[in-house]
Amino acid sequence: MTTETTRESRPAGGPAHEPRPLPLARPCPFTPPAELTDLRGRQPLSRIANPDGTTGWLVTDYALARKVLSDPRFSARQELMSSPLTDRAFEPAMPGGFLFMDPPEHTRYRKLLTGQFTVRRMRRLEARVEEVTGRQLARLRAQGPGADLVEHFALPIPSLMICELLGVPYEDHEFFQSRAVAIFRLVQDPEEASAAYAGLRTYLLGLVRRRREEPADDILSDLVSGGGLTDDELIGMALLLLLAGHETTANMIAMGTFALLSHPGQSALLREDPSLIDGAVEELLRYLSIMHVGLLRAALEDVELAGHVIEKGDTVTVSVAAANRDPEKFGPSEDLDITRPATGHVAFGHGIHQCLGQQLARIEMRIGINGLLREFPGLRLDVPVSEVPVRKDMGVLGVHRLPVTW
Amino acid sequence: MKIIADAGRCIGAGQCVMAADSVFDQDPATGEVVLLVARVPADEVDAVLDAVSTCPTGALATAED
Ligand code: HEM
Ligand code: HEM
Ligand code: SF4
Repeated sequence: MTTETTRESRPAGGPAHEPRPLPLARPCPFTPPAELTDLRGRQPLSRIANPDGTTGWLVTDYALARKVLSDPRFSARQELMSSPLTDRAFEPAMPGGFLFMDPPEHTRYRKLLTGQFTVRRMRRLEARVEEVTGRQLARLRAQGPGADLVEHFALPIPSLMICELLGVPYEDHEFFQSRAVAIFRLVQDPEEASAAYAGLRTYLLGLVRRRREEPADDILSDLVSGGGLTDDELIGMALLLLLAGHETTANMIAMGTFALLSHPGQSALLREDPSLIDGAVEELLRYLSIMHVGLLRAALEDVELAGHVIEKGDTVTVSVAAANRDPEKFGPSEDLDITRPATGHVAFGHGIHQCLGQQLARIEMRIGINGLLREFPGLRLDVPVSEVPVRKDMGVLGVHRLPVTW
Repeated sequence: MKIIADAGRCIGAGQCVMAADSVFDQDPATGEVVLLVARVPADEVDAVLDAVSTCPTGALATAED
């Protein structure tokens, strides 16, 4: 389990350019750090100082981002990486945690799930998403004006859907939500995060054992009967689905609504013509790029890229937010424009790890956002924009609360 | 124009089905890409080229007949 033994801090790439930490400060909730834009124009592959003392790399343009994310010489194994946010060493992936594995392990686990997440299979879930969304719309209304859209709408929908896919009973959903929130507070409170992990693991062990005894119609039962997986692997895969699918989608629904309400022209367009929603969802994914820190990879060998040599063991931070505003790909794209062709964005990543749950996430965003605009024609923020508490301390960009009125 | 799909590289993300669901489908068991037509219909050419460029693993290519 040792992680950092082979790394030591290396001198920066020249005395004139002392590497700086990853830029994180946003001028406003919707706008990535100005330094990222600046770097993309001047130096799309640049050096950054990681808190553990190593010097890493930062990718800020679209073409390079896709290149790194689809090149097998860059590994997704966390234990080989330095974080751009903290000096804590990463642990190796838990069994079944294939997001942090390379082929062939990654392939073996992912293949067991891809059949469950096809476009067509997800389309068949639409009626269920409609139902769950309808119920949450009623709950939101029942709260009355001033209600928090995060707690009563954005968080419950993806939570209910992923718990349903896995076969987690409804009465346990609240337990899951609170643990997931704690885990995303990693930077701030590592101890709380690991306690939350432990709680979820114990719970899932119970669920896996139940499904071994009496299978039901859910993913966990499928995995139990078909895959020849150990308890630990099953728990790891279930945890990955829960954690990857819960806060991400919730934050996209909440931040997406926040962005639309802050751009009244855009929300008016969508209200007039709800069929614009498919494009609007892609544009919101691109514009918000909620994996705002970026995606991390470690070089498995020396790699020549954009006139530099990335040395074996170096960590590359791929800024999804910067790549998704690259004018080479998207034209002038600082503004939110739901009629822009935004497909091809890398908000779900690229390469073999591209988001497994993206079709489900799209359906939840589409039905959720259109449902809100339809049911609440007068929907607007209940506080000034500057008082919306933005989550700056977490790996996924979002809002802690979004008080709305109608 | 015809399509060449390398199911071995496919990771079942479904970008191709989103781009052109009359041309691409996914195997219900494995999620891997399945071609529904042998030749690309003229009105689907742009959508197919989109699918080729957005496929996250480069599993798709086109060739002249
Ligand atoms: C809008 C919401 C979502 C966003 C923005 C998002 C984003 C991402 C990104 C960027 C990756 C790639 C990470 C990397 O390459 O390092 C990823 C992977 C993944 N996502 Fe999502 N995701 C979302 C929703 C979901 C949902 C709903 C699920 C499950 C039901 C899910 C399950 C996964 C899994 C299992 C992986 C790992 C795939 C692999 O390593 O092969 N995600 N997601
Ligand atoms: C140096 C400071 C800032 C810069 C450079 C900046 C930049 C930007 C940019 C480029 C946009 C995109 C416009 C669009 O998508 O159409 C935007 C939108 C927005 N920003 Fe900022 N921003 C700053 C400060 C703030 C602050 C402090 C807040 C409030 C907390 C804020 C709230 C908003 C809102 C609500 C929008 C969307 C509505 C609109 O276009 O007016 N901004 N900002
Ligand atoms: S887009 Fe590529 S990886 Fe995704 S299903 Fe189609 S062929 Fe497979």
